[in-house]
Amino acid sequence: MYAKRKTYVKNEKMNEYLNSLRFAFYCMSHPMDGFWDLTHEKRGSYAAANTILALTLIVRIMKLRFTSFIFITVYWEELNIFLYIASIIFPLALWVIGNWALTTLFDGKGRLGQVYMATCYGLLPYPVIQLPLMLISNVVTVDESEFYSVISAISLVFCGVLIITAMGQIHEFSGAKNILFTIASLFAMLVMVFILLLFFSMITQGVAYIVSLVREMLFRM
Amino acid sequence: MTKNVKTARAIKGAVFVMSGLIAASTVIGANTITSEAAMHEHGYTYRYDYWEDVQDSPDVFAVTGSYTSSDLKLDVDMKNPTGLYTHGNNLYIMDTANNRIIELERDDDKNFKVSRIIDSFKGGSGANTFQNPTDMAISEEGNWFIADRDNARILKLDENLNYIMEFGKPDDSALDPGLVFQPSKITVDTAERVYCVAKGINKGLCKYEADGSFSGFVGAMPASYNLWDYIWKKIATQEQLARMAAFVPTEYDNLYMDYEGFIYAVTGNVKEEDLDSGKVSAVRKLNLIGNDILVRNGDYDNYGDLYWGDGGGHQGPSLFSDVTVFDNDIYVCLDKNRGRAFGYDDQGRLMFAFGGNGSEDGYYNWAIGIEHMGTDLYILDQQTATLTSYSLTEFGQLVFRAIDEFDHGDYNAAGATWEEVMKLNGNYDLAYIGIGRSLLRQERYKEAMEYFEIKYDADNYSKAYKQYRKEWVESHIGIIVFVIVIIFLVPLVMGKVKKIKWEIDKAEKAGEI
Repeated sequence: MYAKRKTYVKNEKMNEYLNSLRFAFYCMSHPMDGFWDLTHEKRGSYAAANTILALTLIVRIMKLRFTSFIFITVYWEELNIFLYIASIIFPLALWVIGNWALTTLFDGKGRLGQVYMATCYGLLPYPVIQLPLMLISNVVTVDESEFYSVISAISLVFCGVLIITAMGQIHEFSGAKNILFTIASLFAMLVMVFILLLFFSMITQGVAYIVSLVREMLFRM
Repeated sequence: MTKNVKTARAIKGAVFVMSGLIAASTVIGANTITSEAAMHEHGYTYRYDYWEDVQDSPDVFAVTGSYTSSDLKLDVDMKNPTGLYTHGNNLYIMDTANNRIIELERDDDKNFKVSRIIDSFKGGSGANTFQNPTDMAISEEGNWFIADRDNARILKLDENLNYIMEFGKPDDSALDPGLVFQPSKITVDTAERVYCVAKGINKGLCKYEADGSFSGFVGAMPASYNLWDYIWKKIATQEQLARMAAFVPTEYDNLYMDYEGFIYAVTGNVKEEDLDSGKVSAVRKLNLIGNDILVRNGDYDNYGDLYWGDGGGHQGPSLFSDVTVFDNDIYVCLDKNRGRAFGYDDQGRLMFAFGGNGSEDGYYNWAIGIEHMGTDLYILDQQTATLTSYSLTEFGQLVFRAIDEFDHGDYNAAGATWEEVMKLNGNYDLAYIGIGRSLLRQERYKEAMEYFEIKYDADNYSKAYKQYRKEWVESHIGIIVFVIVIIFLVPLVMGKVKKIKWEIDKAEKAGEI
């Protein structure tokens, strides 16, 4: 009896998860409506957001190996898979934090987690378009390469448009305010990178100072 | 209060991000160190692969001898020689500062001895000696053309060195009247038209008709400038404009007419940024009307070394001083900066690079002239006044043979020869592509594709793949049609079945009621 109830709960959770994942496709085709419901009607879930992000990362890594060499050639000797993953995660983290930090000061209704969720939902076109494109790349020649580049560019622009729309909806911003804060968020990202670099170089200098101090002491002893 | 909590969370996030950043920058640092280390190790002969990494190679050319003034038993030492010319079995050294031309004759053992020293000619109205002769050419009819630089003339002599005529400063209104004509390099075509590179003239090559009349400039380097330059010029003041470098075409340094009558022209007046942006081509192949028809299918542009860092006091890009073209369209450019020779094939892909600065055999202080006889190569050093001769090594002979076989349509043999090349140098990209190209000609597309993919030759791969795809579609047309029919039929049938089912259900329900 108890066991049966447990599976029922599990199924319900699974259904919830699948529904929230399916909802990402609705957001893709109806961004205005979809992203409003994402947070306000609680149609989205973190699990689905994480899944989409993971899919994006996986597709991005798979692209390296399975895209035709006509489009992507990889210098495997110098490829660092963690650095490559970081090239998505790091800007994403900067964007989420930068966007939330700014909008929270200017009546943005979205919370940090919601910004993250909506951004991840907005990444969906990338795996959805790039995965078939990756397969198609293996059956085209140089002459047909324009198709690849155009569709590849479309997937990125699509992601960008979705993310911007999503921010407008979850923060309940008007169009103009949304654009303004998108630009401001990008600027915030730059500032954060600058501060991080500054911080990093200061730490390095500090460590170097202490190391040389200890060396000097050891030398004198 | 809530705001404070939020800030604290944000800081936590920043710390997380920062640790990522530290990891990232450490990795980047490590990468640059390894690539720099790789940059400075290379052998005597090398080439660059697809990744622009230096790949050591067996020698293509080996030094077979070097000739100084004393080796040639000259009474007066060569001084500041500036040019080489070959004709038949004779090799001519322009002994510029001694105002003479040294004719060397090659014996059957490929050794040189002086056969004539030419310092004057017969006839003519003016001086019948030379003043800093810098280049010469012999036409098919056997007439001699000599660039007598500081006499401001190009002499035309018959084979017994009797004066026929001379070519003077181009009669062109666009030229500065004060400009002293200094023809430095010349070549002559089958109709005895003379093409000349002259100091201070950047409008291209001066072209003279056989009757001596100046017929115009050909093959000027395009003086292109971009939108940014244009805007900058518009807003700059007069003083700034005067100080700015003028957008002028680049002068050529040397030229060579190949066996088909095309002129290869090189320039050493190159700046790093111009090479980078592709504004200037270090080597061009000019057709009759002066258009550049050089094939550039290589993975990188044809300007010699790709790395311009300081090494042994030499920095900056390769500065080409001369070029020579073999009968199989392989052309070798000579870099006076680092004393290296760069060989490219007819597709513009680097085949080999060798040489360097130094005083051993095969190293140069100021390499100024390159010529060939058959497949032997000769390089002249201006500072040490030394002539160095090279012959093909076993590896070089195989490469040349493979190219010749391919050019003559013997694709099976070319493929086999490239296989031999690959045995001697498994890193030789051109061998893979050569095998691929011969497989492509033999219509073995699948195998050809594999060879092209190994060396990232997208164009040839696409050629092979297009054929392969066509063959595949033709042989699988039945399955393809079947699949398409299925794709269209299945939903249709399913729809019909569903509809019938639905109608039955409706009828049953209606019956129940």
